[in-house]
Amino acid sequence: MELVVFVLAAAMVLGGALGVVTRANPVHAAMSLVLTLFGIAVMFVSHNAHFLAAVQVIVYAGAIVVLFLFVIMLLGVDESEDLSIEPISKQRPLAFILGGGLMCIIIAAVVTGRKNFASGGGALESATLESPDSNIRLLARSIFSTNVFAFEITSVLLLVAVVGTVVMARRIKSLGTGK
Amino acid sequence: MLSAIEPTTSWYLILSAVLFGIGTVGVLVRRNPLVMFMCIELMLNAVNLSFVALATQLSNINGQVAVFFVMVVAAAEVVVGLGIIVSIMRRRTNATADDLSGLRG
Repeated sequence: MELVVFVLAAAMVLGGALGVVTRANPVHAAMSLVLTLFGIAVMFVSHNAHFLAAVQVIVYAGAIVVLFLFVIMLLGVDESEDLSIEPISKQRPLAFILGGGLMCIIIAAVVTGRKNFASGGGALESATLESPDSNIRLLARSIFSTNVFAFEITSVLLLVAVVGTVVMARRIKSLGTGK
Repeated sequence: MLSAIEPTTSWYLILSAVLFGIGTVGVLVRRNPLVMFMCIELMLNAVNLSFVALATQLSNINGQVAVFFVMVVAAAEVVVGLGIIVSIMRRRTNATADDLSGLRG
């Protein structure tokens, strides 16, 4: 059963990822990105990370992709780009070698190091089996006690991002008038 | 028979490596800055997937906490990045990443 879920979700993830890279139209690429993000959310659920799966769907598929689509529509770049243009000669083969090499290095590290995955005490496993919402409880306890400083800092980060974007994207009309 | 095979943590880690590789190739190959940005999101999601898989494997909730913070930072990053892209594209429509060479000496 878990195998079926893994295979289906992996197909969603990889199909969506290939779609993002290969589709000429940015709108189609954004739709493929949604497919990938849903596949990742399914995998989060199969790892009992229910809160993260919900956040993945709401924040990534909901907010971030909608923001992407909004910008695509706002700028009017929703037409297909010519994928046959290769601005720097040999850029594509080099990119494939680099990306494929990176992938092979990580896979080799995983395969050679998989014996070292010491299974922990099973605290997370037993806690998640106890009641369905215990994952959220564990996560909340960790965020609001051990990592509460990082949590507060992220709120400052979000505020800075919002203010910075408003300052950057605003049209300055009265520049140079002395006011 | 088929149901006897359970996907282990290594499968998830290999999948996340493949996803990271696809994202890397996308960033290097595509010329539209918006699509390059989407490929960066792919790479972030690959890392998130490996974090969650290892959190389950090691029975440690801190992996999932890291994913939570990565998501927050990704949201902030998308807001700022799209703001930059909007302010660039407003000046020249249909700019690709290759056209943005204004700082070249």
